[in-house]
Amino acid sequence: MLEQHLVALPIILPLIAAPIALLFGRTILTWAFATLISAGACFAAFSLLIAALSEGVLSYAVGGWPPPWGIELRVDAANAFVLFAVTALSTLVLLYSKASASHEIDPDKQALFYTAHLLCLAGLSGILVTGDAFNLFVFLEISSLATYTLVSLASDKRCLTAAFRYLIMGTIGATFILIGVGLLYMKTGTLNMLDLSARIAALEASRTVNTGLAFIMVGVSIKLALFPLHMWLPGAYTYAPSAVSAFLASTATKVAVYVMIRFIFTIFGAEHVFAEMGMDFILMVLAVVAIFKCSYVACVQSNVKTVLAHSSLAQIGYMVLGISLVSVTGLMAGLIHIFNHALMKGALFMAVGAVFYRLGSVNIEAFRGLGKRMPLTMAAFTIAGLSIIGVPLTVGFVSKWYLITGALEQNNWLIAGLVLAGSLLAVVYIGRVLEAAYFKEFPASHDSKDVKEVPLSMLIPMWVLVIANIYFGIDTSFTTEAATSAAQWLFQNNQVLELTP
Amino acid sequence: MNFIFDYYNYWVVVFLMMAGFYIVISANNLVKKIVGLNIFQTSVFILYISMGKVSGGTAPILVEGVTQYSNPLPHVLILTAIVVGVATTAVGLSLIVRIKRAYGTVEENEFENTDDAI
Repeated sequence: MLEQHLVALPIILPLIAAPIALLFGRTILTWAFATLISAGACFAAFSLLIAALSEGVLSYAVGGWPPPWGIELRVDAANAFVLFAVTALSTLVLLYSKASASHEIDPDKQALFYTAHLLCLAGLSGILVTGDAFNLFVFLEISSLATYTLVSLASDKRCLTAAFRYLIMGTIGATFILIGVGLLYMKTGTLNMLDLSARIAALEASRTVNTGLAFIMVGVSIKLALFPLHMWLPGAYTYAPSAVSAFLASTATKVAVYVMIRFIFTIFGAEHVFAEMGMDFILMVLAVVAIFKCSYVACVQSNVKTVLAHSSLAQIGYMVLGISLVSVTGLMAGLIHIFNHALMKGALFMAVGAVFYRLGSVNIEAFRGLGKRMPLTMAAFTIAGLSIIGVPLTVGFVSKWYLITGALEQNNWLIAGLVLAGSLLAVVYIGRVLEAAYFKEFPASHDSKDVKEVPLSMLIPMWVLVIANIYFGIDTSFTTEAATSAAQWLFQNNQVLELTP
Repeated sequence: MNFIFDYYNYWVVVFLMMAGFYIVISANNLVKKIVGLNIFQTSVFILYISMGKVSGGTAPILVEGVTQYSNPLPHVLILTAIVVGVATTAVGLSLIVRIKRAYGTVEENEFENTDDAI
């Protein structure tokens, strides 16, 4: 019976658990409950991924109303892959939160923190699993509203204005998506994604549908923080509590990238969006500008969380660049980078959160001499940092490898060169932190007794991610297989567009 | 002229949308920004509601002698979107309350650190 409803579990579990989590009264129980629920969702997502890889598509009619009339939940290799990454990251971040959140968030607000986290997870899973365009908007708003709350829970008062800015931008983005979906409905009379794609293909060029496409692309670009619509992101990631930064950086924008992929490839059809509307060129230019502009800004910041936030923006550039290559390899590079970036950025933000836990600051000066004081934390930061740069034997190398392969398949040497040049900038911004940590002395003015390694409950999730960074960098069979079948699936869906070199 | 009168509902939508958007961008007061955001969202509600109207159709309730009904689905969808809008407003206003406590003002130009401006 449970297996029959497996598709709905990653949404239903956290959604039902969120209000229940409030009733426990004691923070430690709430934490244990939330972690357990998230682990359950992760397990369901893993079973879904296995099932999707072997069986293809799993469809579930909510409430027994068959699609296209009812809401359909639809899992294929693409969303099962991202869903697994999101739920796994959520579980690790919750494990990490026990020490980190109790240090950074008011005791009476901690139960609310776990509730908001579960709601956010429910929203993100919903976006990934749903096969209905309007339902996607609703889940997008559930996750976003929870996110605004999570960001505003930090003790630094600047998190409030950051959350407010995020709320304004996020709501505008979501409303744009709503307008786009409305225009599509006006023209096609359906909201089911597959039904939409069949009817849009039959319409050929309709101005209403193209306007809908424009609204949706701008709305999604705000949500995934594509340059130049990214201004909300650095503040939100910098001032949010560490656990929240780690969770959001590794999941929220990645899910928005998935939404973009879903709208382009499943609903509108790659041929229409890229060949007829020329969207690939726009996306490619914005992605390249994002990589360079945001990497450069990351090089000159003094707050390490801001550095990582700008680095996230650059990494989103790589994902969008993969999509804009319009080939199976390029799309696969984008998908695999969604998973890999979640691993590395999660580990980096956790390491920075550990530094904040001990020193109460994440300025680059605070990192001086930490290589000796907090060796495990800084080793985690180093390995995840190398992964961001794309050093061989880490997952970052795998993503960049496929991205460059995708570019070279089309003889696009310029893009291949730009990806490599962008990686060099990553060397600079990660290198600055490592230099402070390993080559500068620990300042004598600090009380050195307090600065020691963080509790195990923070180190373990961090190192699980670091080991995953190395493991999936060496044994790439699982991630590449999942990403390749996802990319092929997305292309097959509406034939086409195998660009031959 | 027909272009204006036949599509007057869309003109209303576009006007409200732009007015709301402009308020969000230009207003200095955070509460006014939320008001602008509300107007912006409401315009989309009207877009949905007006698209469900079928000329000559009545409310979609089965009664004898009526064969033409308006499409109820956009209306139902927008009920959900209204709930989302109300929730967004609530979160926005509660953030403003906390900003007022922390900064002592809800005027953007009165924040001591200009980086904090929205």
